[in-house]
Amino acid sequence: MVFMDNFIKRNKKIALELFYKMSKIRFTEEKIAEKYSEEKMRCPTHLYTGQEAIAAAVCTLLKRSDFVISTHRSHGHYLAKGGDLNKMIAEIYGKVTGCSKGKGGSMHLIDRRVNFMGSTAIVAGTIPVAVGLGLSIKLHKTNQVSCVFFGDGAVEEGVFYESINFAILKKLPVLFICENNRYSVYSPLKVRQPEGRNIYEMVKAMGCATDFGDGNDALGVYEKVKPAIESIRKGNGPFFFEFATYRWREHCGPNYDNDIGYRSEKEFDFWKKKDPLRLLEEKLLRSSVVKRKDIETIDENISQEVEAAFEFAEKSPFPEKDDVFKHLYNECAQ
Amino acid sequence: MREITYGQAINEAYMEAMRRDKNVIAYGLGIDDPKGIFGTTLGLKERFGEERVFDMPTSENAMTGVAIGASLNGIRPVMCHQRMDFFLLAMDQLVNNAAKWSYMFGGESSVPITIRLIIGRGWGQGPTHSQSLQAWLTHIPGLKVVMPAIAADAKGLLLSSIFDNNPVIYLEHRWLHNLKGDVPSGDFRVPIGKAQCLKEGKDISIISFSYMTIEALHAVEILDKKGISCDLIDLRSLSPLDWHTVFESVHKTKRLLVLDTGQASGSISAEIIARVCMKCHGKLFKAPLRIALPDFPTPTSFSMTKHFYRGAEDIVIEVMKLFGKNIKKEVLKIKKNFPHDVPGDWFKGPF
Repeated sequence: MVFMDNFIKRNKKIALELFYKMSKIRFTEEKIAEKYSEEKMRCPTHLYTGQEAIAAAVCTLLKRSDFVISTHRSHGHYLAKGGDLNKMIAEIYGKVTGCSKGKGGSMHLIDRRVNFMGSTAIVAGTIPVAVGLGLSIKLHKTNQVSCVFFGDGAVEEGVFYESINFAILKKLPVLFICENNRYSVYSPLKVRQPEGRNIYEMVKAMGCATDFGDGNDALGVYEKVKPAIESIRKGNGPFFFEFATYRWREHCGPNYDNDIGYRSEKEFDFWKKKDPLRLLEEKLLRSSVVKRKDIETIDENISQEVEAAFEFAEKSPFPEKDDVFKHLYNECAQ
Repeated sequence: MREITYGQAINEAYMEAMRRDKNVIAYGLGIDDPKGIFGTTLGLKERFGEERVFDMPTSENAMTGVAIGASLNGIRPVMCHQRMDFFLLAMDQLVNNAAKWSYMFGGESSVPITIRLIIGRGWGQGPTHSQSLQAWLTHIPGLKVVMPAIAADAKGLLLSSIFDNNPVIYLEHRWLHNLKGDVPSGDFRVPIGKAQCLKEGKDISIISFSYMTIEALHAVEILDKKGISCDLIDLRSLSPLDWHTVFESVHKTKRLLVLDTGQASGSISAEIIARVCMKCHGKLFKAPLRIALPDFPTPTSFSMTKHFYRGAEDIVIEVMKLFGKNIKKEVLKIKKNFPHDVPGDWFKGPF
């Protein structure tokens, strides 16, 4: 704890940036949950509440020029990388002002401006794409990092192993972040992977540098991933992290679903006590370099940003009929 | 103009593309082995280096995703698989990612990748080494699909595919690699989506693509001598498909035969006949004809493949029947001094 307090004292700006990002994700997700029943956000939506520390810490370490690519549960990654909030909410509302012009919805976010390269809805589907971005970095010799976020379910897909293998083989600058939230929809880890085998150890056995950590501890994630990114930039090849975390709400949708019986209230309470946002807030306040007033100001600003984003989305027009038939191909001449 | 083989034409297209643009890379299982994918990739690694030309793990799905990712950052990957059948493992990356990337992100990104897939035939290639699944691919919006039949198009379409900003599936039939033809040198491109009339005629439209076009070329010569003049259209591209040329030909001849290298049901030939019936119904003198594979997997045995594939003789017989003339296969005697399960003396297997 002393170490963390010192960290905050030495890196006040970074600690506040982490808090800002996590709080922004939390406000956004909870606002979506609050307004989802209005039936204006008409697409499958996977909320990130409870997992914010991982996206915030990893993306704070990445540069704008580094690539991030993600999954169906990507709001947090998109926002942490600096993705445009207005465009994300408009996308979920199916508006033409959305980041994908209404064609993608919550599960297909993109913001090329900050090199958030896309998120898709097929489990493990973007892992090889991240490796391909890594290959392009190596070919262009640009010293960037390609980072991919995915869940514990993705580790069960064949393409995961194929991708890790190739990244190691070619020593590609890829940062693999596995957010182990213990469930694939309603299926717990124990029915999907043998007990006693750790994902990060299995990947280590493939020849990849790996590590494991508490995904609800933002400062801890930051401290662990920092040297890994430096190592990747030095040309030492990929790095894989497994971070333990927990999603608070249902797999897909705005509700809590502990009542339906696939996970226990006790388990949920355990993780809720480990709320990554409150844990960071406590540490910030305890460090004495951050005052409650600072926190309140940040939250107030975020609240306004989020309100404005929903207003922007609601006021934006829907795409036109002709828009259905655009963007099938890129027809720029070569 | 010089004559080179279809395989050499592919090699020339690679050389030209990689020379013009350092962002073009080439990979595939065995791409730099001593045989160089039936000769098509020989010399590439020596000339352009192992960073741009490399062998790969047997990971068709991930390596397709790798191509997609690299292409998002300015690389133009050309991937190759020695059989189309092997590529079925990669349908997820192809269909869910490559084909959709432009559309689902509202045109923010596109995926300029080229995937060469080779369709096998003969010497017992059998159920899993000879599938011709072009119809699967044309069913997916967002992909382009080309299937050149002659050497010049092999070069021109590969260059166009590599420099296209979209995912292009380039399908080549194994029996075409040794066929020679006139091929322009240099940066010669054939536009994707344009068919070519290989022989003009007035009595019947024969719509064909890939290897079946070679069988058709033999058949139209014989039919010409029998007094039936064929309009032979080689589609070259299946997606987008040059409907204008197809309809124009049918309007002229008022009869239609469609050839297909794949199984009949749910095929390209089925789509062509459907659209011709919808668009040119009143113009047709006769019901359209089709020659495609039976709806069975490919058998392996030498004795069975004889009854599985159809070729020039069948085309002649079907067309003559349409004109009320019956002719027996034996009478035709299309001379072949090699067994039915190889394209010529040059092919001794094993694949």
